[in-house]
Amino acid sequence: MHLAHYLGLLHRAQVNLADAFRQVADAHAEEPDIEHLCQQQAKRCDAHAEQLHPFVARYSEDAPDEPDRLHSQLFTGTRTGGIGLLRDLQDLYLMAAECDITWTVVGQAAYGARDKELLAVVRRCEGETAIQLKWLRTRMKAAAPQALVVAD
Amino acid sequence: MVDRIADPWGERTPYGPGQQWPVRVDRYLADGRSDADVDRWVQSASVLHSNGDALDIGVAEGRIVGVRGRAVDRINRGRVDPKDLYGWQANHSPDRLTRPLVRDGDRLVETDWDTAMGRIVARSKELLDGPGGWGHFGFYTSGQLFLEEYYTLGVIGKAGLGTPHMDGNTRLCTATAAAAMKASFGTDGQPGSYTDVDHCDAIALWGHNVAETQTVLWMRMLDRRRGPNPPAMLAVDPRATPVAREADLHLAVRNGTNVALMNGLLREIIRRGWYDHDYVEAHMLGFDELCRIVDGYPPSRVADICDVPAADVERAAELLGASQRLLSTVLQGFYQSNQATAAACGVNNLHLVRGMIGRPGAGIYQMNGQPTAQNTRETGADGDLPGLRNWDNQRHVEELARLWNVDVDTIPHWAPPTHAMQIFRYAEQGSIKLLWISATNPAVSLPELHRIRQILTRPELFVVVQDLFLTETAELADVVLPAATWGEKTGTFTSVDRTVHISDKAVDPPGEARPDLDIFLDYARRMDFRDRDGQPLIDWSGPEEVFEAWKECSRGRPCDYTGITYEKLRGGSGIQWPCTDEHPDGTERLYTDGHFHTDPDYCETYGHDLATGAEFTEAEYRAKEPKGRAFLHTVDYQPSPEVPDDQHPLLLTTGRTVYQFHTRTKTGRAPQLNQAAPDVWVELNPADAARFGIVEGDLVGVSSARGAIQARARLCGIRPGVVFLPFHYGYFDQDPTDRTPRAANELTITAWDPVSKQPLFKVAAVAVAKLADGRGVPSPAPTVGGSAPPADADVPPTVGGPAAEATSGKE
Repeated sequence: MHLAHYLGLLHRAQVNLADAFRQVADAHAEEPDIEHLCQQQAKRCDAHAEQLHPFVARYSEDAPDEPDRLHSQLFTGTRTGGIGLLRDLQDLYLMAAECDITWTVVGQAAYGARDKELLAVVRRCEGETAIQLKWLRTRMKAAAPQALVVAD
Repeated sequence: MVDRIADPWGERTPYGPGQQWPVRVDRYLADGRSDADVDRWVQSASVLHSNGDALDIGVAEGRIVGVRGRAVDRINRGRVDPKDLYGWQANHSPDRLTRPLVRDGDRLVETDWDTAMGRIVARSKELLDGPGGWGHFGFYTSGQLFLEEYYTLGVIGKAGLGTPHMDGNTRLCTATAAAAMKASFGTDGQPGSYTDVDHCDAIALWGHNVAETQTVLWMRMLDRRRGPNPPAMLAVDPRATPVAREADLHLAVRNGTNVALMNGLLREIIRRGWYDHDYVEAHMLGFDELCRIVDGYPPSRVADICDVPAADVERAAELLGASQRLLSTVLQGFYQSNQATAAACGVNNLHLVRGMIGRPGAGIYQMNGQPTAQNTRETGADGDLPGLRNWDNQRHVEELARLWNVDVDTIPHWAPPTHAMQIFRYAEQGSIKLLWISATNPAVSLPELHRIRQILTRPELFVVVQDLFLTETAELADVVLPAATWGEKTGTFTSVDRTVHISDKAVDPPGEARPDLDIFLDYARRMDFRDRDGQPLIDWSGPEEVFEAWKECSRGRPCDYTGITYEKLRGGSGIQWPCTDEHPDGTERLYTDGHFHTDPDYCETYGHDLATGAEFTEAEYRAKEPKGRAFLHTVDYQPSPEVPDDQHPLLLTTGRTVYQFHTRTKTGRAPQLNQAAPDVWVELNPADAARFGIVEGDLVGVSSARGAIQARARLCGIRPGVVFLPFHYGYFDQDPTDRTPRAANELTITAWDPVSKQPLFKVAAVAVAKLADGRGVPSPAPTVGGSAPPADADVPPTVGGPAAEATSGKE
């Protein structure tokens, strides 16, 4: 059963997203809403990773070897300024999107594995990831015209 | 005779449930004058708080000589707030601005209107030239202008310049009220009526020190409390305010924990079966999700988070749950605190699940802080689309484009309007290059003042300030425009409970000062804004024309003014919107049939996630099929962005005294009011004071991560661990070369609610230290109101003396 690999993928994606949220919070501390909400969402990602952890452990016991190129690198550090903020939020958006689709995939697998506990975790967390995407989109939409058209 | 400084609320006129509130006419005429000395009375209403009290301005020999309450009016039945009794004297202050000023190096010099407006227009045209020119303009207006002025400003911004960067200082006072009503009911607009006080059997005051912020509303509540079958009263406030002292139950919650309290109260109400099952079934969305979240807040957990006894949480739920006609009022203790919109929605939830809405006595006041804040919101001067339209609804935008005859894409609707704190951030970053500030004083009222001053003094930023006096903000401007004020111009404005009043011109403005409306119209003319047919975009010449135009804009919307005329507003009582041909006398309560403004084609928002402010789309909203049902929204409690630590062990909350309004621009110039509360103070609980070796009157340093100020200590009934500073005190009346830091907002944090974008003034972490001994001289804090010292303290009482003698009677 390969579910362990996807659980590992999701777990790492959540850990990476938490870390990226924290880096963006620090880099753009002069945007108080960004700082506060990125810190808040980082904690949410931590909680997701924590909830996944027992399932990663359980399913990895009888898992085959990890396939090649399972993980991908979506974040390589923060930028500065108005357009830099927009790009950083865009990175977070892509990382959250990776989590979002991975929740879907893991949820499908949980059905297949008849694992009600895992399904409950997916149901709890995938909605919160969807809100992260929505928030990032909302914030980027508001920032884009000023950053791309107005600012010098 | 009554000294309304010593007794701001005056004599009681008790009454019972369902009875009409008795008339009591308050009057103050200066210099020993009587009615016989008044040449004429000119109709108006209050602009020094949000209650909308109707009053007449007494004029003799071309000058204002006093005021008296209007017995005929539904709101105050003749009563007048002490700020209104005495505050009008500021109109005559010798330091009124009478000529425009322009910057010449480090000085402001007098000039003529042509020169001043010429500079603004030249800079505007320069900035507007080129792609994205609209984005260089920011407007920061007020909650104290008139409806006609806001609407004109809104049209200039949206259809003339096409900028979303417009907000009012209403962002600081009432943005959460609007956000919470949009979230729960579909649109802005108070459900209730002030007459709900006459009918209710319980009053819950959520972070609302109404005794000091809206004294006449408090008089109404007190008169019920002194009459037969009085309403029960619940107060939620970390301070021992007059409201908290009067209440049957006072929950002095830890600042920033309101959401936990509301969730806990809702849990009890639901678990103990005190909700209206049929009403919820028929008229609510989201009950199951609400139950799921509030279930995590048993009284013991609420007690831990809020630091109040669990038994008191249960008693509060009983008080609320036993009521048959519950009235709630909400203000800054919720709006300016952590998780503001979610907490205010919690109050809506309480009323919705109990069916306590839309009938006499069952009402909600999501209050305003300022007299005309309602109009800032209605007309779009806070950035929203006028007529409580939805910026994300293409058809709403098209309606405005047709009305104004402009291209639909001229009107900014690609994202929500830019809120005040973000406008200042864009100015800080340099993309906003012209900031036009009207009738407000951000250099004292916004958070983290050293930052605000830095922004306003940036050489690249062209700052226009339109005001009555050379405020702390005006000092930093490039152009200062002298404005006429209340009593010197005509216009309308609307109270918390949707009552529209007219305020007529009584006297001429001083010198060359002009009504704000004239200034905006002059700008529009000079900028030569045109509509799609090449005709002038704005062709109005006076307030009544603007009002008629506004009526068309409001047609068919919740705030429908089409049945109101200036003539109808003159002579009698104010009129509550919606007022239409079908409802020519206005509408006392909204949602009387349990049908809410949530239809997708009608609503003002498609909704937000309350924890992040993430917006939902039209498709997502339609999928919920609201069909006129109200939304029950809540979220889990999250701690404030800033909580006390070892370095800053106390929580700071800021607020008002009954004697001052905002940054004292007017009340600081009315002798009776200013003498009652002449300087800043800091309130401490005696236990905290003892810990730091502080006694009454000592000079105390209060510091946060942002700055430090000095204030004399008042030991009083504030909850332990919390200190209070009034935010009124800035620097205009100190020697410019020797100013002592005293503005509360030197300390406050730059942070805001994710949905309403209202700044958090109630949750900064601070340290206190004794700087100097008071030598037995008490602090300048009034002994009336939240700053009242303990009964055994040796502090002389606050009185007004002969200069404050007013009359009050049944007439």
